[in-house]
Amino acid sequence: MNDNAVTELGLYVAVLALASPLLGFYCARVFSGLRTAGSRLLEPLERLAYRLCGIDPAREMRWTEYTGALLAFNALGLLVVLVLQLFQMYLPLNPQHLPNVPWHLAFNTAVSFMTNTNWQSYAGESTLSYLTQMVGLGVQNFASAATGIAVLVALTRGLRCTMTATIGNFWVDLTRATVYVLLPLALVLAVVLVGQGVVQSLAPARTATTLAGQTQMLPLGPAASQVAIKQLGSNGGGYFGANSAHPFENPTPLTNFLEALSILLIPSALVFTFGMLVKARRHALIVWVAMSGLFLVGLGVALWAESSANPALQGLGFWEGKETRIGLANSVLWSTATTAASSGSVNAMHASLSPLAALVALVNMVMGEVVFGGVGAGMYGMVMFVIITVFIAGLMVGRTPEYLGKKIEAFEVRMALIAVLAPTVLILICTAWALSVPGGRAAILNPGPHGLMEVLYAFTSAANNNGSAFAGLATNTAYYNVLLAACMLVGRFAVIIPVLAVAGSLARKKSIPPSPGTFPTDRPLFGVLLVSVILIVSALSFFPVLCLGSVVEYLLMQGGRVF
Amino acid sequence: MSAHGRHVAGISGRIARQALLDAFRKLGPRQQARNPVMFVTEIGAALTTLVLFQEIFQRAAALPYTLAVALMLLRTVIATGRVPSLTLQIDVWLWFTVLFANFAEALAEGRGKAQADALRKGRRDVIARKLVNDVETRVPGCELRPDDLVVCEAGDVIPSDGEIVDGIASIDESAITGESAPVIRESGGDRSAVIGGTRVISDRVVIRIVAAQGATFIDKMIALIEGARRQKTPNEIALGILLFALTLVFLLVVATLRPFAVYSEQAAGYAGAPTTPLAVLIALLVCLIPTTIGGLLTAIGISGIDRLIRRNVLAMSGRAVEAAGDIDVLLLDKTGTITLGNRMASAFLPAPGVAVELLADAAQIASLADETPEGRSIVVLAKEAFGLRGRDLQKMGAHFVPFSARTQMSGVDIPSSGGPVRMVRKGSMNAIAAHIAALGGTLPSEVKASADSVARAGGTPLIVAENTRALGIIHLKDVVKGGMRDRFAQLRTMGIRTVMVTGDNALTAAAIAAEAGVDDFIAEATPEAKLKRIRDEQAKGHLVAMTGDGTNDAPALAQADVGVAMNTGTQAAREAGNMVDLDSNPTKLIEIVEVGKQILITRGALTTFSIANDVAKYFAILPAMFGALYAGAGQRGPLLHLDVMHLHSPASAVLSAVIYNALIIVALIPLALHGVKYRSLRASALLLRNLLVYGLGGVVAPFIGIKLIDMVLVTCNLV
Repeated sequence: MNDNAVTELGLYVAVLALASPLLGFYCARVFSGLRTAGSRLLEPLERLAYRLCGIDPAREMRWTEYTGALLAFNALGLLVVLVLQLFQMYLPLNPQHLPNVPWHLAFNTAVSFMTNTNWQSYAGESTLSYLTQMVGLGVQNFASAATGIAVLVALTRGLRCTMTATIGNFWVDLTRATVYVLLPLALVLAVVLVGQGVVQSLAPARTATTLAGQTQMLPLGPAASQVAIKQLGSNGGGYFGANSAHPFENPTPLTNFLEALSILLIPSALVFTFGMLVKARRHALIVWVAMSGLFLVGLGVALWAESSANPALQGLGFWEGKETRIGLANSVLWSTATTAASSGSVNAMHASLSPLAALVALVNMVMGEVVFGGVGAGMYGMVMFVIITVFIAGLMVGRTPEYLGKKIEAFEVRMALIAVLAPTVLILICTAWALSVPGGRAAILNPGPHGLMEVLYAFTSAANNNGSAFAGLATNTAYYNVLLAACMLVGRFAVIIPVLAVAGSLARKKSIPPSPGTFPTDRPLFGVLLVSVILIVSALSFFPVLCLGSVVEYLLMQGGRVF
Repeated sequence: MSAHGRHVAGISGRIARQALLDAFRKLGPRQQARNPVMFVTEIGAALTTLVLFQEIFQRAAALPYTLAVALMLLRTVIATGRVPSLTLQIDVWLWFTVLFANFAEALAEGRGKAQADALRKGRRDVIARKLVNDVETRVPGCELRPDDLVVCEAGDVIPSDGEIVDGIASIDESAITGESAPVIRESGGDRSAVIGGTRVISDRVVIRIVAAQGATFIDKMIALIEGARRQKTPNEIALGILLFALTLVFLLVVATLRPFAVYSEQAAGYAGAPTTPLAVLIALLVCLIPTTIGGLLTAIGISGIDRLIRRNVLAMSGRAVEAAGDIDVLLLDKTGTITLGNRMASAFLPAPGVAVELLADAAQIASLADETPEGRSIVVLAKEAFGLRGRDLQKMGAHFVPFSARTQMSGVDIPSSGGPVRMVRKGSMNAIAAHIAALGGTLPSEVKASADSVARAGGTPLIVAENTRALGIIHLKDVVKGGMRDRFAQLRTMGIRTVMVTGDNALTAAAIAAEAGVDDFIAEATPEAKLKRIRDEQAKGHLVAMTGDGTNDAPALAQADVGVAMNTGTQAAREAGNMVDLDSNPTKLIEIVEVGKQILITRGALTTFSIANDVAKYFAILPAMFGALYAGAGQRGPLLHLDVMHLHSPASAVLSAVIYNALIIVALIPLALHGVKYRSLRASALLLRNLLVYGLGGVVAPFIGIKLIDMVLVTCNLV
C-alpha cells in the first residue's frame, strides 16, 4: 500500500468522523420536530405531503398500528415495482424497448428494493426501462431508507417515553426522513456527480464504433440521481450491472471518494442521532466507537490480505476483478464499507477478493449488519445486540437488567433474540438447502470452498438486506430468485417487527433512575462487551461453515491451490 | 445464623445417595422437557444409542450374532483395556452429561426435601383444647376453624396458627426457627402471633385460631421448600429464552453442517469415511449448546432459596428473592437495626460548682438498684470513667425508689447518721425540676441549657439531683451498632440508599443519621409516613425494601417491593410481607439483598462461561471432523492447522470435548449450590471481575481441560 492510499484512507475516516456528529445533530433536530436550517424551504413540502395524503401529523400510534402502517406502505411499494416491471413494455420511457421482466426476477427485484437490500439478479441497462428505474427503483431507494430511519426513531421514542402506549406517527417519521434528510443530501450529491461526469439522461443508448472497428453500445439513463440515493440510502442497487465499477456511475477519484463516504455517512450519523434522541450521548459515542473499531479491524485485515502477495501467482497481488483506475486500497475500502453498512454497492468483484478479505466482507454481514449497517437498520439492529448485552451484563452484576432506565424482561429478550438470530437461521437453512439440490448447485461457477462461499455469500447478503453479490453464482433462476426474495423479506421484517414490539413494550415502562449498582452503558467496558457479544454470536454460528469456505480456501492458497 | 439442629448445613451422604437415585428417575422425558437444553442432550444421547445398536446390527444382522458381537466387544474391553467403539464412548458420556445435570438438580432439591420432611414430622396431629362458651372440649386439631378459641398450657403443642388473646407464655419455636431458646409471646401488642406446631413451655394462654388447616405457616413453608422449582422467576424465564434460542441456533448449525460437509467432500474428491457421522454431529451439538448453565440452572435457583432458608428467612416466592437483588432503597428502623435497642450513658455533665466525681457517684448510687439497661449503663460508665465500685445498698440501709409513670424518676433514699435522709434522684428535666421545686429549690439555668444542648445533639438528658441540689446531667445516647457505617458505605457502592425510620424528633434523628452514615431519615415517623415514603420512592422508579413487625406496618410491608416481616411480629405483618425473618433480625435485609444478587450473578457467570467454552470445543472437534478434507496426496489436510491443542487423534479429540463438557457440570455443582461469592463493588468493577473470571476464563479453561483429558485418554489406552 502506498502513501497515497494511506492518505486517502485517513482522509476518509477523518471526514466520516467529523461529518457524522454534525449530520447526526441535524437529524436529531429533525426528528424532535425542531426547526432546522432548511425548514423554511422544506416545511411547505412536508405540509403539502400531509395535506395530499390526508395525514394528521399530531396523531400518535400504538406500536401495532405503527407496524401496520409500515407494512402496508411497504406492501404497496412492492406491488408498484412489481407491476412496473411486469408491464414495462407497454409503459412509456422505454427507449431501448426492453421486454417485460420474467415474474421471478420481477418479484426478486421488487422485494430487493423494497427491503433496502438491492440484490440484483439482473444488469440494469439491459433489463429495466428508464421508467422502472426512476419510478420503481428510485422511489424505493428513498422509501426503504426512510422506513429504516422511521423504525429507529420509533425505537428512540420507546426508550425515552415513559408509561405511554404510543411510539409516534409512522407517516410523519417517513415524511420527515425523506424530506429533511434523504432528499436534500441526494440532490446535492447527484449534482456533484453529474458535474463529475456521471450520466443523467433520458436519451436512448448510443452506439459507437471502437478503434478496432467494432460497434459498442454505450448505455445511458438517469443514473446520477439513482447513484446518489443508492449510496446514501445504503441501498446499493447500481444503475448499471457493473455498479460503481462502471465509469458512468463512478468516473473520477472524487466520485469514488464521495460515493464511498456516502455509504457510511447516514448510518454513522444516525448513531449520534440516536444518542441525542434518547439523551444518552456518551452511550451512543461508545456504540459508535465499537462500530468504528469493528470496521477498522475488518478494513485492516482485508487490506493486509489484499496487499500481501498471492502465493499462487508467484508473488503477484490480488488484482483480478478490480478496476486498476480505482486501485487496490479504494476497492478494499469500498468492499469493507459496503458490507459493513448494508449497502451492497460494489466497485470491485467480491468473488475475486482474497479469501481473508472475502471473509471480512462476509463477517461484516453475518454480524447482522450492525457495523454502521443499513440506514436506520444498522442502529436498530445494534440496539437489539445491546439488549442482549445488557441482559447478560445485568445478570453478571446481580440486577434485573435495564437499558437506559428501562427494565429488560423476558419479552424484550425474546424479541431481541428473534431480531438477531432470524437472519442467521435463514442463512444456514437456505445455504444448506441450495447446496443439497441440483438446482442450487448448478449455479455455482467455481466448485470447492469458493463455491460454498458464493452460495453462503448470496444468502447472507439477502437475509441481512445487504445486496452486494459475491458474483460467481448464476442466481437469475426461478429457484434462486424466489428463495433469495424470501430471505430478503423475512430478513427485513423479522427484525423490524420485533424492534417495533420492543419500542412499544419499552414505552409502556417506568424509567428507573441509574445508581452505582446499575451497569453503566456509557463506559469503554460496555463497548468491549458489546463487541464480544456480537463477535461471539456470529462466530459461534458461522465458524463451522466458514471453516469449510474461506478458512480452508485461505489455507489451501498458502499451499498454492486456488479456486 | 444460630446453630440449627434441624437445618441441613451441608450435603450429607444420605442426600447425595438420594440425589444419585433421583438423577436416574429424572431421565423421564416429561421431567426433561421442562429444560430444553438438557432435553436436547437427552434426545442426542438416545439417538446415539440407536446409532450404536445399528452399528452392532450391521456387523451381525441376527439377534444371536448381535449378542455374540456384544460379548466379543466386552471381551476386547477386558482383554485389551481398550474400548473399541467411539460411538459407544460418546454415548456413555452423553448419558453422563444428562445424569450429572439431573444429579445437580436433585442435590439442590434434596436439601430442601430433607427440611420439608423434618417439618412434616413435627406436624403431628394434636388434640386441641377448644373453648366453647368458656367450656373446654377436646377436639382433633384438624377440625379447628378460624376464630375458634383454644387453650394451651405448658407442654401443649399449639394446634394451628393463631393470635394470643389472653395471657403470656414462653414458647419453644425451634421446630420452625431451629433456635432452641424459647421466646415470649403475649396478648396485645406486636408479639401476639403464635405458629402452629410450636410448643408452649410455661404458663397458659388462650389463642384465637387465624389459619385454616392446610394454610398454616408450616404448610406454606413445606410447600415453599418443596415447590421452589415449580415457579420460574421473571429472570429465569428471560434467561431460559436466551438458552432456548442458543440451543435452537446450534441445532441448526450442526444440522446444516452435514450438507456443507457433503458438498465439500464431493468438491474435494474426498473418498474417506464420511466426515460427519451422526454420533460425532450429536457430540458437537451437545458440546455447543449451553449444557453447563442449562444443567445447573434449576439448582442455582433452588439453592438460592435454600440459602435464605438456612439464614432463617422464608421467602414467599422466588420472585421476591430476585426482587431483593434489585433493591435500591432500604427503609430501616432505627431501634434495633441501626442502634442498639437501648440508650447508654455516655458522659456526665456536672452543674456549675459540682465536681464531676460527685455527680458520677450520685448517678451510680441512684442507678445501683435500677435493672433497666440504661441504669446498668450508668453504673458501668461511672465505674469505667472514675473507678467507682458498686456498693451494697442494703449495707447502707438504702431504700430504692423505683421508676413510676407518675413521678417519671427513680433513685434511692439513704439514711445518714444524724443528718437528714439523702434523697438521690435521676429523671427527665421536667420531673426533676418539679421534684426540686416541691422541696423548695430551683433548677439552675446552666443545667437547663446544658440539657437542651444534649437533646439537640440527639441524646437524652437525665438530671441527677440530691435533695434540692441539681448535681448535673447524665448524657444518654443512642449507640450505633458496630460496623453499621461500613455496611452502609458498602450498600452505597452497590447502589442502595438507606433511609432510617425513627419516632425521634428531627434534631435527634439527624444527629443519629449522621453518626450512622445513612443517606436519609424519616423523623417522627408514623406508619402513614412510611407508606407515603415508599410510594414516593416507587413513583421515582426505585425498588424499596423494608422490615416491619407491627400490625400498623402491614400496609407499608405490602406496598414495599420486598417486605420482610419479623417472626416476632403480628400475624397481619407476616401476611403482608413477602418474606418472614424467623430470627427477627432487621439487619438481615442486607443479607437478603446479597443472596438475591448472588443468584443472578451465578446465573450470568455460568451462562457466560458456558458460551465462552464453545470456542475451544470448535477447535477440538472441527479439525477432527474435517482434518482430512482437501488433503493433497500424502499430505495433512489444511484444516488440521486449526488443531491448536495438538490432540492425539480425531477420535480422542471428539471424546475429550464431550468428556470435558460432562465433567465441567460436576465441577461446577459446588459453585451452583453455594453461589458466586458476592462482593460489594460498583457494578462496573464487579462486571469486569466476573468477565475476566468467567468470560476469559471460560475461553481458556476448556483448551487446558480438553488437552488434559486427551492426554489421560491416551495414557489409559481408551482411544
